[in-house]
Amino acid sequence: MRIELEKRPNVSKLFSILSPVIALVLTMIFGGVMFLLLGKNPVTALYSFFIEPLMEVWSLHELAIKAAPLILIGAGLSVCYRSNNWNIGAEGQFIMGAIAGSILPVVFHEWHSPLVLPLMLLLGMLGGALFAGLPAFLKAHLNTNEILTSLMLVYVAQLFLDWLVRGPWRNPGGLNFPETRTFDPVAILPEMIASGRTNWGFGFAILAAIVIWFMMRYTLKGFEITVLGQSERAGRFAGFSSRKMIWFSMLLSGALAGLAGISEVSGAIQQLRPVISPGYGFTAIIVAFLGRLNPLGIVLAGLVLALTYLGGEAAQLSLGVSDKVTRVFQGLLLFFVLSCDTLIHYKIKLVWSNLTGTATEGAH
Amino acid sequence: MKKILFALATTAAVLGFSAAASAQEKVKVCFVYVGSKTDGGWTQAHDIGRLELEKAFGDKIETQFLENVPEGPDAERAIERLARSGCGLIFTTSFGFMDATVKIAAKFPDVKFEHATGYKTAPNLATYNSRFYEGRYIQGQIAAKMSQKGVAGYIASFPIPEVVMGINSFVTGARTINPDFKIKVVWANTWFDPGKEADAAKALIDQGVDILTQHTDTTAPMQVAAERGIKAFGQASDMIKAGPKTQLTAIVDTWGAYYIKRTQAFIDGKWETTSSWDGLKDGILTMAPYTNMPDDVKAMAEATEAKIRSGELKPFTGPLKKQDGSEWLKAGESADDGTLLGMNFYVEGVDDKLPK
Repeated sequence: MRIELEKRPNVSKLFSILSPVIALVLTMIFGGVMFLLLGKNPVTALYSFFIEPLMEVWSLHELAIKAAPLILIGAGLSVCYRSNNWNIGAEGQFIMGAIAGSILPVVFHEWHSPLVLPLMLLLGMLGGALFAGLPAFLKAHLNTNEILTSLMLVYVAQLFLDWLVRGPWRNPGGLNFPETRTFDPVAILPEMIASGRTNWGFGFAILAAIVIWFMMRYTLKGFEITVLGQSERAGRFAGFSSRKMIWFSMLLSGALAGLAGISEVSGAIQQLRPVISPGYGFTAIIVAFLGRLNPLGIVLAGLVLALTYLGGEAAQLSLGVSDKVTRVFQGLLLFFVLSCDTLIHYKIKLVWSNLTGTATEGAH
Repeated sequence: MKKILFALATTAAVLGFSAAASAQEKVKVCFVYVGSKTDGGWTQAHDIGRLELEKAFGDKIETQFLENVPEGPDAERAIERLARSGCGLIFTTSFGFMDATVKIAAKFPDVKFEHATGYKTAPNLATYNSRFYEGRYIQGQIAAKMSQKGVAGYIASFPIPEVVMGINSFVTGARTINPDFKIKVVWANTWFDPGKEADAAKALIDQGVDILTQHTDTTAPMQVAAERGIKAFGQASDMIKAGPKTQLTAIVDTWGAYYIKRTQAFIDGKWETTSSWDGLKDGILTMAPYTNMPDDVKAMAEATEAKIRSGELKPFTGPLKKQDGSEWLKAGESADDGTLLGMNFYVEGVDDKLPK
């Protein structure tokens, strides 16, 4: 016997929308079972994981801080993925944006001017966009696989940052620790709301999501993205250039990842260190899909993923479970999202041994 | 069914912000760990200290911890979470938590903070550290006795004063036995990375060292040394299990003594900010049993340890020269703590260039 996936003739609209919710509920159920096996009360466990972090103002601020880079990157990636350009290297573009934006507060640290911060943000976007431009160029002109090139460039960015903070950009007064000088107050992204630490990075994220949502829904560009993503040939007939689309989507997502990078460094870390991201660029891929590649959905998805980080800490304290629970939840969530999506488009068919079945088995 | 009812009842209790919980009078002592509490090295040593603290005070206190907290914005959130969850005394146990601890300490003036190995204090923020270099001096002497080639390998983490001080102390100790003793240094640029540490160990052994010591936190170098049949020193925790026939001794961080002392002061209302830097005599570090060595070497190590404890011997006492041959300490002169805490040069005998 073997299992085959058979494409469904028509896809249920209702379940397409419900799928992330179903995935979330399944994650909760399986997470609850996991807590039960660990000997914890699943209801209190899930409460401390998913509800407790939402009950206090300071914690909501932390949620916004954690969600901001995920949303910003995820929104950019949605344009890429909708247009069938698979940018997997947002993590690298995030880092290069952070580095480019940090040129001012690190190298020209004596320059105090209100212009510093806006220029940093621009440089951050530029840095991320240029770095995404490398796989874009390779794909548009040499037809290389952007999944590979963008992914490999992540390591280049990480090592470049590592070299910078240990070498030329190391803080001269920092006792040889691998970090740059801390940013001057003029280079720090201010807080957005008086009640807590949320900085403008979250504002940028929401703004970017709304702008991209508008573009996808109401502009010709959005139509072009969708058409080229669904069928390159049809797009060509409509006069759209898939080569230009490679550049557009990669540069846009790179710029947003770069903006996320400089916002995180300027708003939250306030200096460069060898590691500035706990994998935001990769987690944002989950966020993009969990949000159904819809920028507004991505805002929600970003908040959910951010919640798993905070919830992991809360659960550590109130339940004494390992911090690995966070990763388990993220893994469960992605698994269920992907499988729900698969089951919307395909149905499972059990094939009882037939000729082809035996042939394949015989080959093993 | 009973279970479900119980679950619902607990949820209701939690939702009602459990009045019972707020009535507790227990002192809550909390810890922030950079690694996993079972890392076999740095963090585990702190966690053993926490368990000793629990044992010493029994029902009078409650401890909590967050592990694997990355340095940076996540650390700030983790520390704030503890400060808000009713912790009275919070120990943050990595140098990289310094700025985060300073920020949160300023925000919660009623909570007391203690930061390990840092240098920034506040009225409610103390620092504590251990004179690891005292142990490294003993290790250097053992290495010089045990090494046939007169060269030891040193796996270092970051070129900060703390680590440079350890290297210098090791060499200074070794040279009291063998004036030509040398060490080779590999900078792993990490505190905790089994892969990189193992690679560093292999590279050093390939360069011909026959004793290995480390200022990184995992047991990987010990395991490599065991495979290659050379001797090695453990770090932070007793690593004898990773190398039963390999470990000569280890510097074991015994933070428990300090945690108990400070928690007592906190309960008595006598907690004050300090910059504490204790050594062998205070019990904040101990030497793991001297094993895998002849009796005369063991006797020498024990004698040196006793002399350091009594204060008769200070590892950094002249005559000592810097790496470039210029004089650092005159005969009989001892380095002061300020110089040690800012140490950014090598002494003679280190076969390495300090990364600048």
